[in-house]
Amino acid sequence: MELVEAIILSVLAASTPLLLAATGELVTERSGVLNLGVEGMMIVGAACGFGGAWLSGSIIIGALCGVVAGILMSLIFALMALGLAVNQVATGLALTILGIGLSGLIGARFVGERIAPAPHLNIPGLTDIPLAGRILFGEDGFVYLSIALVFGIWWLLYRTRAGLILRACGDNHISAHALGYPVLRIRLYAVMFGGACAGLAGAYLPLAYTPFFIPGMTAGRGWIALALTVFASWRPARLVVGAYLFGAVTILQLHAQGAGIGIPSQFMSSLPYLATIIVLVLLSRARTGGSTAPAALGTVFVPDR
Amino acid sequence: MKRALFAAAAALFMAGCINSSAWAADKLKVGFIYLGPVGDLGWTYQHEQARQALVKELGDKIETTFLENVPEGPDAERAIEQLVRAGNKLVFTTSFGYMDPTLKVAKKYPNVHFEHCSGYKRDKNMSTYSARWYQGRYIQGQIAAKMSKAGVLGYIGSFPIPEVVSGINATMLGAQTINPNIKVKIIWVNSWFDPGKEADAAKALLDQGADVIMQHTDSPAAMQVSGERGKLAFGQDSEMIKFGPKAQLTSILDTWAPYYIERVKAELAGSWKSEDVWGGLESKMFEMAPYTNMPDDVKKMAEDTQAAITAGKLHPFKCPVVAQDGKDVECKGGDHLDDGQILGMNFYVKGIDDKIPGK
Repeated sequence: MELVEAIILSVLAASTPLLLAATGELVTERSGVLNLGVEGMMIVGAACGFGGAWLSGSIIIGALCGVVAGILMSLIFALMALGLAVNQVATGLALTILGIGLSGLIGARFVGERIAPAPHLNIPGLTDIPLAGRILFGEDGFVYLSIALVFGIWWLLYRTRAGLILRACGDNHISAHALGYPVLRIRLYAVMFGGACAGLAGAYLPLAYTPFFIPGMTAGRGWIALALTVFASWRPARLVVGAYLFGAVTILQLHAQGAGIGIPSQFMSSLPYLATIIVLVLLSRARTGGSTAPAALGTVFVPDR
Repeated sequence: MKRALFAAAAALFMAGCINSSAWAADKLKVGFIYLGPVGDLGWTYQHEQARQALVKELGDKIETTFLENVPEGPDAERAIEQLVRAGNKLVFTTSFGYMDPTLKVAKKYPNVHFEHCSGYKRDKNMSTYSARWYQGRYIQGQIAAKMSKAGVLGYIGSFPIPEVVSGINATMLGAQTINPNIKVKIIWVNSWFDPGKEADAAKALLDQGADVIMQHTDSPAAMQVSGERGKLAFGQDSEMIKFGPKAQLTSILDTWAPYYIERVKAELAGSWKSEDVWGGLESKMFEMAPYTNMPDDVKKMAEDTQAAITAGKLHPFKCPVVAQDGKDVECKGGDHLDDGQILGMNFYVKGIDDKIPGK
């Protein structure tokens, strides 16, 4: 039973950065913008988040630094992709390359430093409940924040007028524009939100996951978050399932190996991507119903003035 | 000049970062290709430390350039060629996966000398160099068996290549001299560098009952997790005691500087020859970090073993080496396995209750 609890705790920790980054990307893509720079925004968030926490001694300030860094990175993207109407795919990839270099530069002076990791919740009475206690009331704040965030986004997208307008921009920017909605400004906010989430996801790594900064420490999690958005077919509820599924695959394959269960680890490592491809195939087969990609995803919009 | 600038710009785009001192015509140019970032605190960090030592020693006669974050594979070939075109006459390619790319470029530029780390393909202008880390792992195995209360070791592997497999075997052969019933749990993370995944692997091993962690991956994440959980661990490539002051037993330290200085001096003197260097403890190509967090008798045992290996009195793969099927491995090196058998090792020794992935 202890082992089950340990596995669930590890899965929660491994899934949280994926969930955070993918939530941001989901909002961005729902507004019709494809930002492939998640990995770049994350890694800069990691460098700035660690730097902030190390200099100030506060995890919260560190997390805020990560968020601000992610927003700044996303503004570069917004300037290019929204302001200058440059190809979004190319801009996103460039943002990732820039981010990896920039984070090395920012983080150079923090390499080799350590901080105390984000404290875990401890509510006397509740945290001590066997099995469920540590899972529901004993993780770090990021874990619960990520769940609250994705729930908030679900509510925003499907239960508010603002969410409806955001989705309208993503599905048909010309109609949204004709109805008088400021498509570019809405997309700018969505891109900034995506940057903030990616920055926070990046900051989670050196603040809570492995409490030190090393260049390249995101190690491709940004790309998994992108795959996750597609896997979830742009729906928040499926995003939660997908994030924990991807996290569980990662952790369980490690445990399977340790226990000597003979599943090839290379195959398990590729499962998230394989699952994404299968979902894409299923989505394209389903002609009616279901949620497919926002219709205007990745297309450039230049308003006629 | 224009071309050099273009090459530099292209490299900057591709590799993310380029570092180069001022361009000068009369100095010997020496290039380095790195797998990870120079700040990885592991494999690449140690190569970078050696490069800095080289500059300190011979800085008035040479200038160095390095490209970091160069992926293994076709991209590496372009990066190596870029260094050659930028005028580097001696190029160090510091990862196993650069073997074929280095060989290709070496054939194309016969007047440039190449040094490839940890591979087995050579040419008249391409040397190989590596260290006999398995010697250090044998010592670590003995320490681990002494220190483990559970009798279960946790081993984090990168990729199941012969170097990693021989490290696991050397560890177990060392550990079995202390505790014949020692067990090892092995987890492959399929990456040289992914701090998060390395930490997850360490957690999984500890959760499953291992109490001494060893790694063949590059980040200090596993050390940090072990320290946090009050368990023990060995560092990898570089000093990691900062990340586990109460956890690190020792660490295998890659110390390339003497070799780099020697080879560059040979190049300057015009006496560079293609060689195959595989240095052990006696060559100082790697060292053991101070033995810490263990009782004096364990420390003494480790030092004695180290001295015996250094003096050539003890070989970690001394015959008979028994494979998993219970049969003795053919003894090609007289009283121990020969270098070819160690470099191509693709079997586990008896006592490892697992199988090599893909076999």
